[in-house]
Amino acid sequence: MTAVARVYRWEIAKLLAQKRTYLGLGTATIVPIIFVVVLEIQSGGPNDVPLGRYIRDSGIVTPLVVLLFMSIWGLPLITALVAGDIVASETHNGTLKTILTRSRERGQVFTGKVLATFSYTVTLVAAMGVVGVVAGSIAWGFHSFTSLSGTPVSAGHGLALMFASLGVYVLPLAGVAAFGLLLSTITRNSAASVVGTLMFALLMQLIGVLPGTESIRPYLLGTQFDAWHGLLRTPADWTPIVRAVWISALYIAIPLFAGYLVFLRRDVAGD
Amino acid sequence: MSDAAPVVARGLVKRYGEIVAVAGVDLTVEPGDVFGYLGPNGAGKTTSLRMMLGLIRPTAGTAKLFGRDPIVDGARALEGVAGFVEGPRFYPYLSGRRNLRLLADYDEPSSRSRIEEVLETVELRDRAKDRVGGYSHGMRQRLGIAAALLRQPRLLLLDEPATGLDPAGMRDMRDLIRRLAGEGLTILLSSHLLYEVEELCNRVAIIRQGSIVYEGTLETLLATATTGYRLRTRDPERARTLCLNQAGIDHVTLEGDELRFAGDEDAVATLSVALGQARIPITQLVAEAASLEELFLGMTGGESSDHDREAVAS
Repeated sequence: MTAVARVYRWEIAKLLAQKRTYLGLGTATIVPIIFVVVLEIQSGGPNDVPLGRYIRDSGIVTPLVVLLFMSIWGLPLITALVAGDIVASETHNGTLKTILTRSRERGQVFTGKVLATFSYTVTLVAAMGVVGVVAGSIAWGFHSFTSLSGTPVSAGHGLALMFASLGVYVLPLAGVAAFGLLLSTITRNSAASVVGTLMFALLMQLIGVLPGTESIRPYLLGTQFDAWHGLLRTPADWTPIVRAVWISALYIAIPLFAGYLVFLRRDVAGD
Repeated sequence: MSDAAPVVARGLVKRYGEIVAVAGVDLTVEPGDVFGYLGPNGAGKTTSLRMMLGLIRPTAGTAKLFGRDPIVDGARALEGVAGFVEGPRFYPYLSGRRNLRLLADYDEPSSRSRIEEVLETVELRDRAKDRVGGYSHGMRQRLGIAAALLRQPRLLLLDEPATGLDPAGMRDMRDLIRRLAGEGLTILLSSHLLYEVEELCNRVAIIRQGSIVYEGTLETLLATATTGYRLRTRDPERARTLCLNQAGIDHVTLEGDELRFAGDEDAVATLSVALGQARIPITQLVAEAASLEELFLGMTGGESSDHDREAVAS
């Protein structure tokens, strides 16, 4: 096992031993269940959002509709809970000193933390998807559904499209995580990093709806949260997806590189 | 591994804006030393140790461990080196044993095989399965030593290892350090507990306001002390007058019927003859060497607590 793999393994073990990890995962998985229960109790539906009118057609649609509701602040907040904390809490508790006086280089420690943060981000979106499909299928069955273009999509193909959509959604969410890691490294304050990361995510969404920002809107991180819609059109619209890939990559790479440089050179003093 | 000295600091400076936490520390720790790094709170001990371990970057100067600079050589500079600054810190939600497993994996995987041995050394094996969050301060200190020993170090840097311990814990910690020193480890021990240093260390450095005011053997330091005397006579008042007029006799005070003064051996010999000639019978004349505490207070200007400068570093 390489040095980075060992650091990564322990970063995952640390996450699994902390309550906030389960708080985040629990929230991501309970929301689809609540969503299904509420829709089962009442007769109406979220008809004003894409796919909303087809929510009862198939359980596969459930996570996609839930994603529309959670994408603005729900999932960014849950992501920020870990990304904003992963370095700052170790600085605050003094454990960063403990691990930086062993045999691992700072770069290896930072890389392990980045990988653990991204693993958590992917896991919480995947968990939300799986729980959503299961809860929705229990309520409404596992059937074909109607795409955003109005064409029928078989259950098997729809399931693959649903997970692919979650994969596209994870890209900008990883950008939020990267920003959280940067704040966590710079501020050394867990609460400030978590709140700052959420503010960043909300600001990106807010700028996108302001009048006069049309020219920069395609390049905002918030816009990329809707890129997965392209997969649910017939034929698939790859333009927003390709743009989401490279723009998210920039939003991931720039904060991570800055965070890496800060982490390499920063003083690790007391708490 | 290099034959260079375990610790060589030259011109080590750390500034935080206008505040100078360390103002040019030079010190050398030789193999086999149990080196006491003494200073009042806030004098710059912890900041120096942080720089030596590469946790903070010096503003100027270098600190080399076995010839390697942690800022230049990274984690490689810490080969054969272990210890802690400001007390050992662990993950409170993990057990003592899991914390050690984590740290072993942050070193070489082979050090995992030594976990039970080091737990036994610090007498924590019975509590190793419990979460560190439930450990007492003394147990955390001992776990800190265990974590350091996992690395099989040749040099141990310990920052105030006995601070916060109860008397029994302090005694246990001193016994442990003495045992480790007996096994050939070089130990750099920062402390403001003078009896601890006097009991454990062969060499010392005293730091005051970020600068070293003494570095050398403890023996030499104690030998530099002006010897004080206690004198009892049948006529303390006349003896006092005579002492005050005697060349080479200083700091004369009368406490009850006991005189205290300082002076070198020749001056005291002359004084005893003068007392005899003045027909003042001597009932007791006792030489008293200055303690490390008196020397320390003299060198540090009597500072006992000055948190400001190192507080900035925190």
